[in-house]
Amino acid sequence: MGKISNEELLSKIDAQFPGQLTSTGEPFGLLTLETGREHIIDILTWLKNDPVLQFIYLTDITAIHYPETEKPIGVIYHLHSLVNNVRVRIKVFLADGDTHIPTATTLWNGANWMERETYDLFGVIFDGHPDLRRILNVDDMTAFPMRREYPLEDPNRVDKKDYFFGR
Amino acid sequence: MQNHPVFIDNDPQSEYSTLNLGPTHPATHGVFQNVLQLDGERIVSGVSTIGYIHRAFEKIAEHRPFYQITPLTDRLNYCSSPINNMGWHMTVEKLLGIQTPKRVDYLRIIIMELARISDHIICNGVLGVDTGAFTGFLYMMEHRESIYEIYEEICGSRLTTNIGRIGGFERNFNTIAFAKLRKFLKDFPVALKEFEALFNRNRIFIDRTKDVAAVTAEDALSYSWSGPLLRAAGVDYDVRAMNPYSSYEDFDFDVPVGTNGDVYNRFLVRNEEMWQSIRLIEQALVKLEKEPSHIFHADVPEFYLPPKEEVYNNMEALIYHFKIVMGEIDTPVTEVYHSVEGANGELGFYLVNDGGRAPYRLHFRRPSFINYQMYAPMSRGMLLSDAIINMSSLNIIAGELDA
Repeated sequence: MGKISNEELLSKIDAQFPGQLTSTGEPFGLLTLETGREHIIDILTWLKNDPVLQFIYLTDITAIHYPETEKPIGVIYHLHSLVNNVRVRIKVFLADGDTHIPTATTLWNGANWMERETYDLFGVIFDGHPDLRRILNVDDMTAFPMRREYPLEDPNRVDKKDYFFGR
Repeated sequence: MQNHPVFIDNDPQSEYSTLNLGPTHPATHGVFQNVLQLDGERIVSGVSTIGYIHRAFEKIAEHRPFYQITPLTDRLNYCSSPINNMGWHMTVEKLLGIQTPKRVDYLRIIIMELARISDHIICNGVLGVDTGAFTGFLYMMEHRESIYEIYEEICGSRLTTNIGRIGGFERNFNTIAFAKLRKFLKDFPVALKEFEALFNRNRIFIDRTKDVAAVTAEDALSYSWSGPLLRAAGVDYDVRAMNPYSSYEDFDFDVPVGTNGDVYNRFLVRNEEMWQSIRLIEQALVKLEKEPSHIFHADVPEFYLPPKEEVYNNMEALIYHFKIVMGEIDTPVTEVYHSVEGANGELGFYLVNDGGRAPYRLHFRRPSFINYQMYAPMSRGMLLSDAIINMSSLNIIAGELDA
């Protein structure tokens, strides 16, 4: 894919942040890392400013919800180094009821609406965000609709349940 | 509601006036609202409000099998829905490890480049209308109609196309489709030349657009801009060239790049991209002659919906039809990010799969949503009339903005 291989990238990051990141594989060639919220901004800053890696392009910020796990809310960053043409995915998992994470708007202006969308849909609170309001849903909505427990339609309907299909 | 910034400026002593641009003002090209604080004709500050047509596609997608998500992608950027459809199909193919035949790739490129042309026709045509030149728009719209007629021959619909299937196309291109395509390739360059003659060196148009809303490459990158807007600012990032998909690496095309990211540069970049799209389609037609003409989908019966005649007459097809529709086929438990060069920029699909009937999580990286967030900050200090043409040249499509 790019000019820097994933092993090289991983060893560079590991040398810079020993023990703070774990690699969770590279599905379809995209190196996926996991870290804690106390390190995320340091790591993003370093990735962006490193003269060799130059992950200057923030592709996306989004989130995912695994209700059964200890830390159910995962915030997912996709970065792209346009110079080396290599991408990296970084995940941070947060405990329910304490979904605070520092904002990335200090690094990229474009993170503003991506974080607002993530807040709106998942209730992730980005500390230090200049304008953390709902963006797609109405302001007085109380739920976070992309969490798994929020029903898509009338919860009393049973004809579309998965167990009817053997799953 | 109190701390909603839109409602802050209620001071009767204020020297500024507040103007509500939208939600459905014709100049906003869709359903979104900008509340502007004006000092005479100059914008002091602005707040963008979006979400008026939010349809929760990401939530719906968690309850639909893969092939039923295609119609949802239609309604993102509805000016170039085939790119969205095929971007989604390619994401699923990447997940499932499906290799599509070269002919399918080339047919897809033809359709995706037609879609890019039809999208750029609207954007540049409407930019002309907003600067007071209606003629160019009418010259070009005729050819959007011919593109829609080509879609019709292939999939039966025009705007929200739902074109293709996972693995290829639902049916082969017929001879009428190719005849219409060749006619389009003969007629459209003439119209595009005329269009460029009307605008490119037109004194009035240049005065209205040159140096308006100029954006530096640093700002564009910081705001994660992509597509023609980023290229107009001087960054040569094109997904087709950088991470080729659907055999774009077999083709010879240029990535046009602007210098200062103003409205005029964006206009020129889009025009040049239309020429490049024509070039790509012509190359694809030549390459197609060497490919076996009966192939229009990959041989993946577990995922490719069989034609209806076969479902009725062939037992295996019936079994596969049932399994696909009921979601009985196991899929890999993994995650995949795939992006295509949409008409507005990098259109990404982030799919997390748990092996079930539907995606566990599907996120669309929507270029309009990300491109639009610079609109309010960059409007500061701009004239109201410049802000309107800036909006036109950003080519914000409400469907893609809200998802």
